[in-house]
Amino acid sequence: MPKRDDISHVMVIGSGPIVIGQACEFDYSGTQACRVLKAEGLRVSLVNSNPATIMTDPEVADATYIEPLTPEFVEKVIAAERPDALLATLGGQTALNLGLALQENGVLEKYGVRLIGADAEAINRGEDRQLFKDIVRSIGADAPRSTVCGTVEEALATAAEVGYPVVIRPSFTMGGLGSGFATDEAMLRRMAGHGLADSPVHTVLIEESVLGWKEYELELMRDHTDNVVVVCSIENIDAMGVHTGDSVTVAPAMTLTDREYQHMRDVGIAVLRAVGVDTGGCNIQFAVNPENGRLVVIEMNPRVSRSSALASKATGFPIAKIAAKLAIGYTLDEITNDITKVTPAAFEPTLDYVVVKIPRFAFEKFPGADPRLTTTMKSVGEVMSMGRNFTEALGKAMRSTETPQVGFWTGPAQPEATAEELVEQLRTPLDGRLYVAERALAAGATVEAVAEASGFDPWFVDQVLQVTEIGAAVREAPSLTPELLRRAKRHGLSDRQVAALRPELAGEDGVRTLRWRLGIRPVYKTVDTCAAEFAATTPYHYSTYDEETEVAPRTKPAVLILGSGPNRIGQGIEFDYSCVHAVLALQDAGYEAVMVNCNPETVSTDYDTADRLYFEPLTFEDVLEVVEAERAAGPVAGVICTLGGQTPLALAQRLKDAGVPVLGTAPEAIDAAEDRAEFSRVLADTGLPAPKHGTAFRFDEAREIAASIGYPVLVRPSYVLGGRGMEIVYEDATLEAYLAKATDVSPDHPVLIDRFLEDAVEIDVDALYDGTDLYLGGVMEHIEEAGIHSGDSACALPPITLGSTDLHAIRAATQKLAARIGVRGLMNVQYALKDDVLYVLEANPRASRTVPFVSKATAVPLAKAAARIAVGETIAQLRAAGVLPATGDGTDTPDDAPIAVKEAVLPFNRFRTIDGMGVDTVLSPEMKSTGEVMGLDAEFGTAFAKSQAAAYGSLPTEGTVFVSLANRDKRSAVFPVKRLADLGFTVLATAGTAQVLRRNGVPCTVVGKYSDGPGNVVEAILAGEVDMVVNTPFGAPGNSGPRLDGYEIRTAAVTAGIPCITTVQGMAAAVQGVESLRRGDIGVRSLQDLHAALAASRAEALAASRAGALS
Amino acid sequence: MSEALLVLEDGRAFRGESYGATGTTVGEAVFSTGMTGYQETLTDPSYHRQVVVMTAPHIGNTGVNGEDDESRRIWVAGFVVRDPARRPANWRSTGTLDDELVANGVVGISGVDTRALTRHLRDRGAMRVGISTEVLDADALLAQVLAAPSMSGADLAPEVTTEAAYVVPAVGEKKYTIAALDLGIKAATPRHLAELGVETHVLPATATAAELLAAGPDGVFLSNGPGDPAASDYAVDAVKGVLDARRPLFGICFGNQILGRALGLGTYKLPFGHRGLNQPVLDRVTDSVRVTSQNHGFAVDAPLDRASDTPYGRVEVSHVGLNDQVVEGLRCLDVPAFSVQFHPEAAAGPHDAAPLFQRFVDLMEDNRAEA
Repeated sequence: MPKRDDISHVMVIGSGPIVIGQACEFDYSGTQACRVLKAEGLRVSLVNSNPATIMTDPEVADATYIEPLTPEFVEKVIAAERPDALLATLGGQTALNLGLALQENGVLEKYGVRLIGADAEAINRGEDRQLFKDIVRSIGADAPRSTVCGTVEEALATAAEVGYPVVIRPSFTMGGLGSGFATDEAMLRRMAGHGLADSPVHTVLIEESVLGWKEYELELMRDHTDNVVVVCSIENIDAMGVHTGDSVTVAPAMTLTDREYQHMRDVGIAVLRAVGVDTGGCNIQFAVNPENGRLVVIEMNPRVSRSSALASKATGFPIAKIAAKLAIGYTLDEITNDITKVTPAAFEPTLDYVVVKIPRFAFEKFPGADPRLTTTMKSVGEVMSMGRNFTEALGKAMRSTETPQVGFWTGPAQPEATAEELVEQLRTPLDGRLYVAERALAAGATVEAVAEASGFDPWFVDQVLQVTEIGAAVREAPSLTPELLRRAKRHGLSDRQVAALRPELAGEDGVRTLRWRLGIRPVYKTVDTCAAEFAATTPYHYSTYDEETEVAPRTKPAVLILGSGPNRIGQGIEFDYSCVHAVLALQDAGYEAVMVNCNPETVSTDYDTADRLYFEPLTFEDVLEVVEAERAAGPVAGVICTLGGQTPLALAQRLKDAGVPVLGTAPEAIDAAEDRAEFSRVLADTGLPAPKHGTAFRFDEAREIAASIGYPVLVRPSYVLGGRGMEIVYEDATLEAYLAKATDVSPDHPVLIDRFLEDAVEIDVDALYDGTDLYLGGVMEHIEEAGIHSGDSACALPPITLGSTDLHAIRAATQKLAARIGVRGLMNVQYALKDDVLYVLEANPRASRTVPFVSKATAVPLAKAAARIAVGETIAQLRAAGVLPATGDGTDTPDDAPIAVKEAVLPFNRFRTIDGMGVDTVLSPEMKSTGEVMGLDAEFGTAFAKSQAAAYGSLPTEGTVFVSLANRDKRSAVFPVKRLADLGFTVLATAGTAQVLRRNGVPCTVVGKYSDGPGNVVEAILAGEVDMVVNTPFGAPGNSGPRLDGYEIRTAAVTAGIPCITTVQGMAAAVQGVESLRRGDIGVRSLQDLHAALAASRAEALAASRAGALS
Repeated sequence: MSEALLVLEDGRAFRGESYGATGTTVGEAVFSTGMTGYQETLTDPSYHRQVVVMTAPHIGNTGVNGEDDESRRIWVAGFVVRDPARRPANWRSTGTLDDELVANGVVGISGVDTRALTRHLRDRGAMRVGISTEVLDADALLAQVLAAPSMSGADLAPEVTTEAAYVVPAVGEKKYTIAALDLGIKAATPRHLAELGVETHVLPATATAAELLAAGPDGVFLSNGPGDPAASDYAVDAVKGVLDARRPLFGICFGNQILGRALGLGTYKLPFGHRGLNQPVLDRVTDSVRVTSQNHGFAVDAPLDRASDTPYGRVEVSHVGLNDQVVEGLRCLDVPAFSVQFHPEAAAGPHDAAPLFQRFVDLMEDNRAEA
């Protein structure tokens, strides 16, 4: 049956800001879906609050709404767009929950909108634990045994039946409160007692523990005629107990016999049918007892998930794309397999390679956070790799993660430990356990001992042992024979690893020279869904050390675009956005765009995006081999390193030194901006002021510098992204502690010390430069106080308080910097404006995190323009070609341009300290946010209100506001607080603030600070008695005094999930937002509409200026 | 680890390491794309005289066990893998695959670029191949390969069939009795039937129609098996006798080809065959897609768009392979017989097509009702 004819307009919901557990994989799936639906001739409207996504590019949908993902705002979009159907299964849990909410509150019925993909009943059956368990049992499959118990005695009886250890889950408690494992009767007695007390209904679920069992996932697809296929099986190396998002995983499953696998498949299909997901993808998780093969179903996601993205990239089967087609009525056999072009999508991919995924963590960003891996996901990103065997894929994945260790035997020296000690360490799941397993094996531990302690299947442990043995052979061989080197490469050893084992080979470069001389080079195989049974036309490649390469020759010149690797804090989806835009721009300009990246969550690694995709680690060795392979295939114009963040940037100089043309800004110019001494010369030459600063290698030097420039100072290591390790320091003692902590300070990597400008306005600028002309993309004014990392602070574009004099100064300074540094493409500059002096804080000659935000706010594709400049076009040509506006730039935004507010989204609620307390939520110069949202409206207040709604849920329209202000803010805050009181808010304030408010006629109640002890405001916030917090911080950060009070308040606000405003400007904005919300007149407007209006205004301005020139 | 050499009949050679038994072997090179079930594959009699190239790189991970054999021995003539497991891990494992190959005298090779080899076979078609751990000169091995017989025209069922008839009893109450012609039967088939209350009398490949019908079975089953269907006239004659008797008949794989020939349809050799666990088939009766296990190098030649007139009445193509529109099943409209080219018994492979055994039972039930 072809597509249904009762749907002509589908609304798609995205997943909002990047948060832990919900990252850019939903940009990938949502983008695929929108493109497919549009290609089918349907009108597509889209809602997503995240501007850094490709899906919110105006070309992807017919009407794109960058609006908060709340039922209120989505209803406004539905009212404006009147779609026939809502597709909520491609935007993660956020979209699914929103779809359900709109069903429950009657909005879908009111506007005659149908949920397609999965209906509300199916979603509930999949998501409700008990309902789901009942379904599993009803089809004759097994689930962990459990009983709801009302007394300790019942709990004990249940445990006796299912066997210890058991899991205790108190009913209806929030966030897993009171849940845990009991290993014996005494422990259960105690925990069940507490659990019964914690539960509002005084019951606990006692469940059989499957901790340590083998964990598997199946990705399934179903069409409306009930055809089902299993797209991929995934095996977790980390056993049950570690969240699958935090586990090292492998596809396909490696340790199942056909009988076991087919049983799993049968159960999966039966569950999918019983839950009743009509069409589309779903993910089912299983646990298998390694002792007897007993298989239990753990849970299902009745939607496209993170694992679906991984499975799509792992197999070449585009789950989201096909899910979208199935949702509008196609059947699997009616859809063609993209890769073979001749066979249908109604089949199950078969792999002739192994895929390994490794998660990327960011514990270094959250000191004190419990690093143990549990059932709560903590990783911020992941890498995927492919090899022709497991060891090769593992080695590639390890070096893709860009952690200090990039494969066995690399990275910092590890403390001496015995095999027994190392085996004991394996009992606690932590990031990098495979490294510990390897050290244990090298120290003589048996495969059995390592498998038993870690829960890894012995097969995987033996694979690691195989690498250990090859490592030993490489280290100990009298000379490195071609056979041995080839064997090492076939098992995934990088040149760097070999160099670490053979110091006499003169490092990685020496190993490569030897390897090339011996002709030991990788070949490139193709991901084809069918293990070569049919010819594939899609050039989706991975490297391996095998015989035959499959890279096809080409005639068009190629440009390689290096991606940004795993998502991490400071380097995320924004860089992928720029890379994807570069691909599109270069294709337009007549090049073959070749993408190199290792992040499975991204749009850039969709085989549909670039002309050729190499799923490879972004290391020098791997990238150089791709360049060589492409050179053998046809002309290579060069490599673009400036769009993927720090990862490719760090490779630029070495690639150039190896004779690879590096396009755009030259590596030397990058160095001029990154190297402090070089940059000082840049500033001196351009005559631009900068905060006083110095460079130190030791504490005594640092102290002298700090004394000469005066505290407070900003300290940081050189060459970092996302403000890694950056702190504001107010005295010698903290400075000393900082230097002691910064272990990797070295002559190559000194510490930079800058004067910290208090109370300055921070400004971010993204600009393009071609050697002659500057196009200033946008000026962003930070709303947060200076000293907070630009990635974590809210900002507004166009700037709300800067006048044209300021803007002209900014433009002039930016042009001078770009010219002096030698930028050819994008540059990001951070300025601080204090007492009418514009200080240069830093300049980065590369695409920044704000490029997508600026591009969307101004309707100018900056990254596309940058890619075209990299291949030699000028800004004048780009203006003429319509890529850039004909005249003007981001400094002369039309007066009627909308205001865009970017707000950061922080992951603090994901982390707990070892003893279960919330981690410090201090914002600092070190970036901690995982994602961002955009609020877009005609005026600042409303735009700000939208940004808050999108980031934290809506601003309150009534209730209680708590206010605690720094002295300097008290005067200016009186009016907005009074306004809130007039609107009917109850005002709570700390004593000092209350005094000022009362004198100004604002009624308020005094409440204690955190340091005042019991009955304080923190308790009130946590008890849900406060709806909004206004707290402007002051004083030096530290462990006492007013600053600490502020942090405690902020932590509580984050925990309670209420808006927390930290600046007077922010409060003024929030008050405007509250007023707009109360009036109920906040509207929604599509990006296409806004961009059309901008274009019209620009055309008018152009006509006016021409008319002026003529007269 | 000792060296091994693989040479194809067109001269392409791959060097690798010895895996399994040492020696020299020659057979027809075919590739199988299944990611699980190597033990079932190796013991499937349909692979007799074939050298199987596994496209999945890791083979042997779960070792071998006493339950998953599909027949009394390993049948493949040779085995080509990329990365054999050094150490199996599975709760049912009782030994390593390497040892099992040695015990069965199966010469294998590991460490070769199996994807390159598969692409070669896909582009050039299935062909003869030799593997040796003794003859390491490519020309010398090629000479041995060229001297070996080709699969076309090979009558192999008699080489794999049971010597004596045997009975597989029904599980629980016996409802039906069938005679199964063992052209290379897998253990999974009588196991599936037994669960439906069917007692299976397995007879050697050369059993005549009279022998098949002697015990008065409710139906007759034609198994899978190796070789060229054009060379198995004895089986074709037996099937004609069963059709004449209007006894319910169900054939799979080789059995599908034999039924086709008995109906007067032709068979032909596919370029590189279908061997894998992911083959989509459209069941035209239910209009649904089944993911099936397949292992066939020959296929039946019949029109897809209409029923064919045969000496036994009309026959239509009931199943079609979605990858290449190959005939994957036949349904007689005027006699109680049907067959499929794929493996409803799976082992290895998905169980999507298992309901076909029920269809056979239903056919026998209907036939009883009529009688």
